[in-house]
Amino acid sequence: MLELKNISYSVFERNSEKTILNDISCTFDDKSITAITGHNGSGKSTLTKIIMGIIKPTKGKIYFNGIDITDMPINERAKLGINYAFQQPITFRGITIKELIDIASNTENSVSNACNYLSKVGICAKDYIYRDFDKTLSGGEQKRIELALTLAKKGECIIFDEPEAGIDLWSFDKLSDIFDSNKMYIIVSHQERLLKRADKIMVLEKGNLVSYDEAEKVLAELNKIKCRKNIGGIDEIR
Amino acid sequence: MKLDNISKQLLEKIAGLHEIPAGAVSFRKDGKSQIVRSTANIEIFPKKDKPGIDIIIHSSCKNEACHIPVIVDENGLFDLVYNDFYIEEGAQVTIVAGCGVHSTDESGHDGIHTFHIGKNAVVSYIENHLATGSGKNKVMNPTTIIKMDEGSQMTMTTTQIGGVDYSNRITKATLKKDAVLNINEKIMTAGFNVAKTDFKVVLQGENSKCDIVSRSVARDESEQYFKSNIVGKNSCFGHVECDGILLNDARIDSIPRVSALNNQASLSHEAAIGKIAKEQIVKLMTLGLSKEEAERKIIEGFLK
Repeated sequence: MLELKNISYSVFERNSEKTILNDISCTFDDKSITAITGHNGSGKSTLTKIIMGIIKPTKGKIYFNGIDITDMPINERAKLGINYAFQQPITFRGITIKELIDIASNTENSVSNACNYLSKVGICAKDYIYRDFDKTLSGGEQKRIELALTLAKKGECIIFDEPEAGIDLWSFDKLSDIFDSNKMYIIVSHQERLLKRADKIMVLEKGNLVSYDEAEKVLAELNKIKCRKNIGGIDEIR
Repeated sequence: MKLDNISKQLLEKIAGLHEIPAGAVSFRKDGKSQIVRSTANIEIFPKKDKPGIDIIIHSSCKNEACHIPVIVDENGLFDLVYNDFYIEEGAQVTIVAGCGVHSTDESGHDGIHTFHIGKNAVVSYIENHLATGSGKNKVMNPTTIIKMDEGSQMTMTTTQIGGVDYSNRITKATLKKDAVLNINEKIMTAGFNVAKTDFKVVLQGENSKCDIVSRSVARDESEQYFKSNIVGKNSCFGHVECDGILLNDARIDSIPRVSALNNQASLSHEAAIGKIAKEQIVKLMTLGLSKEEAERKIIEGFLK
């Protein structure tokens, strides 16, 4: 279980303090999919980066399986089983996809093992395995490989920041195939198809947690507002 | 021939050798020739008028290797050699050079290598430089002169592995018709090391080609100065690329220059210097590497 207690994050902008996240407390259950949604700038990505340790919260505590990980560096959290797929995959010069898979799985994989991870995200593995994970790959290819790395990492808690961004429809449909019912997924998304796949949905607005409940309930509420205003209408949930 | 431990370690790092190899070889240590061995296709003669060797690679040489490592393990010694390579028409050879200096005081090596590459000959030239020991003035100044005849090809892979307090690497090449020169340079500096590189390539012949790729990593307070000039005097192609990673308070000064003296010359240059992107370190940390391991992996990939 992952627990956030009174998480706040603010930055100084033009000599004044700007709140990005305001006193967020919640728990993420094991073996569940939680989708975090909300308008642009509502703090979704910031919250997941705080969970991964990429951003340090200004206030609050984070517990993973009862362990206080608030001050733990990123790689230690990764070793505990927290795993993160970036919205925009980070590319490298001179590091092959196979090397990244080996790093992620902390073992030297056989070629067929490494290929399996790529095949699961719809990539013809033999064409890619020894390619550098660099900008010569298309955005869609990078995204699929980013997802394959999360499979290789075998984490307990897997965070996807907008996994649908930049991938084609085929990949989007395949995305849900990679979910493992034994793991905890935290997914930042705007896509209704992904929200429907979630067990719970969290809605953030201007850094505040405005709704966090079973997916069906939150979706129904969101849809009502959508029908009334013909827009997302998240403001009215509050 | 029995090697002492320091020579063994240096040889392994600069030439990948655990012992003196079979085949054509010239091994020089502390200013003296230790072994010179020729083969039917590669003849090596010590020079009579100055320190160094003449190496004749015959046309009959096909995919044979020649090792010419140098070790300096004597404090206060600044070794100077002149090595001339005569590669006959159509020969195919790999030449593994390189120098290792170990010093607790000051010492160094200046190697002046001149290549005369015959028509359609193919040369792979590998040179690695490494200095070890607590000495504060370990110097290496390799000079490489390359004269390429029609249709010849040369790939030069030159690496300054580390520990060299001061180096000034000068490379000058002239290419005739259809000659192709590829240079891959890797320079690593740390502490207060200073490394200077100066390439000048003249593309004289029609359809001659040159590609220079320099990758460098500068740490601590080290300094690197990269200068290159590709001169196009005919219908030719030339490209120079210099990328550097800066760590700590190091500095890199890069001047890639191209000079087109013929309107059919196609020349280009690019240079990029900067710190390791923070996002790259973060990404590798999310996969489980520590910050230091992530930096090492990124640098390893960059230099690959």
